Amino acid sequence: MALLEVRDLETVIARDGRTARAVDHVSFRLDAGRVLGLVGESGCGKSMTALSLMRLVPPAARITGGEVRFEGQNLLALPERAMRRVRGAGLGMVFQEPMTSLNPVFTVGSQIAEAVRLHTDLGRAAAWARAVELLGEVGIPAPERRARDYPHELSGGMRQRVMIAIAVSCAPKVLIADEPTTALDVTIQAEILDLLRTLRERRGMALLLITHDLGVVAQQADEVAIMYAGRIVERAPVLEIFDRPLHPYTQALFRAMPGVGGRHERLEAIPGQVPDLAALPSGCAFRDRCPRAIRECAEVVPPLDEKTPAHRAACIRV
Amino acid sequence: MTAPLVEARDLRKYYPLRGGLLRRARAWVRAVDGVSLAIRPGETLGLVGESGCGKSTLGRLLLRLLEPTAGDVQFEGRSLLGLPPRELRAVRRRMQIVFQDPYGSLNPRMRVGSIVGEGLAIHRLGSRADRRRRVRELLDMVGLPPDAARRYPHEFSGGQRQRIGIARALATNPRFIVADEAVSALDVSIQAQIINLLQDLRRQLGLTMLFIAHDLRVVEHLSDRVAIMYLGRIVELGTRDEIFGNPRHPYTRALLAAVPVPDPHRRDGRTPLPGEVPSPVAPPSGCAFHPRCASAEDVCRATIPPLEGDAEHAVACHVFPARGARREG
Repeated sequence: MALLEVRDLETVIARDGRTARAVDHVSFRLDAGRVLGLVGESGCGKSMTALSLMRLVPPAARITGGEVRFEGQNLLALPERAMRRVRGAGLGMVFQEPMTSLNPVFTVGSQIAEAVRLHTDLGRAAAWARAVELLGEVGIPAPERRARDYPHELSGGMRQRVMIAIAVSCAPKVLIADEPTTALDVTIQAEILDLLRTLRERRGMALLLITHDLGVVAQQADEVAIMYAGRIVERAPVLEIFDRPLHPYTQALFRAMPGVGGRHERLEAIPGQVPDLAALPSGCAFRDRCPRAIRECAEVVPPLDEKTPAHRAACIRV
Repeated sequence: MTAPLVEARDLRKYYPLRGGLLRRARAWVRAVDGVSLAIRPGETLGLVGESGCGKSTLGRLLLRLLEPTAGDVQFEGRSLLGLPPRELRAVRRRMQIVFQDPYGSLNPRMRVGSIVGEGLAIHRLGSRADRRRRVRELLDMVGLPPDAARRYPHEFSGGQRQRIGIARALATNPRFIVADEAVSALDVSIQAQIINLLQDLRRQLGLTMLFIAHDLRVVEHLSDRVAIMYLGRIVELGTRDEIFGNPRHPYTRALLAAVPVPDPHRRDGRTPLPGEVPSPVAPPSGCAFHPRCASAEDVCRATIPPLEGDAEHAVACHVFPARGARREG
């Protein structure tokens, strides 16, 4: 049994009287201790997928279908009370911008202690001690002193460490990290990725790593899922997807990235733009930008079929 | 060798940190702390560094959008600092900036045509009809449809807005462009479009560019030469091949090593650089990088290493000087 198994997850957002399917029949599985990289560009639905797993979608959005099975239990069918227990001890989450997720008027120690108390029956003093311990575990020097700091007194990298401490405070089995290093400088990014790896190995945690950075994915992920316009268009083990990308969108993404082809050569830009989720073309959402599109691509939404063992792609042309 | 188009000479920008009853300066933030560099006509110089290293401040100093605390900026062989206002205005037409956030830097109440043509209007270039024609030409040059002129910035996607920002910068026919994180906020597929556009325009118009970015892969792709900045100073400067193929400064090496390689066959057990960038208010003594440097020696704590070397490659490091530069002490 997979630790986390998502089947046909669907989330719609109402916007200006129209509805957009931000998450459209998304399916994947994540086994204990593994790393799944969920890759895509802005607005492809990767963050909305993460929020749907946590059942924390914004008010304008609604989860309208599918299953999220965690240890066999469908989270979408749980009462809110039970779901609150799952958040924390089951699934923990780290966001891109730590400053907006931390409360500026409380010390970081008290915010971690609060998370600890919410999910355990530890008393005030014990929760504080646990908070200090967690700060040490995420690599913050002098944790006793730092616990009394307010978020603005910490650097961006340190704040992200605090967010990670909160997310792992109740020993989740799955950590969902949504662009955890995007706002950080490259040397700090390397430290945070290193920290995530250490924590994962020490705790046997699975990681759902959401990112737009193919370099990060290449270095961290065991499996990769590529998202486009609300759907997973390709899913495969990491070596497989980098060696033999099948979907034209995945192939185009690799070619558009500087530093992969020759230097000073022209990059192969993908023409056009990501389509509006509320006004998707019929059939395959990528067909307008796809060099290999044929008439049939407009007729059906291509299913995410297994093309070679363990390698799935949603394209009728491969 | 050709004369540089833009030259910084021991350029400094200090900001006061005020406090107390009289709001006197209690300390100084040394955003740019003694930078000398020359940009040759037609070249693209990449300027790399992490948040707060002073790279954006340096870019603005070169355009004299900020007044330096000390030092000099020369453009086409003349000091920008001594110029009378009228001549400065004339020079300003020949140097422009493209910002990171194309939305924040475009007035939402103005139509794209007015935004792009604003520089022409300010400098009173041509008649109204001439300016309209020029705007159409500029929109076409950056790949936007002619009817874009009548629309507002919010009607465009991020990549298109960056095209508008580029068209605006090109309006007055500049020779020199500072691109400050101009592609950083864009998704990979759109980023590639804008990078290609910048490369095409550079070739067509013979532009000289300072390309400020924190993404080393983009800088490697676009630059002829690269300068690495740390805490207000240039620590290494060289041709792209030298900087990426033969980095000398330990900070440059750490920076390059921190970039995740987009190849799962090459997973490295790299050790991240310890610590964080110190405050530019109280930079460490000697080489500002020494507290994080594994190779630091006594001399590094005592004296600031000068940027030494030749046109190909210069390094500011006591322990790993540029080839040819003599190791002192």
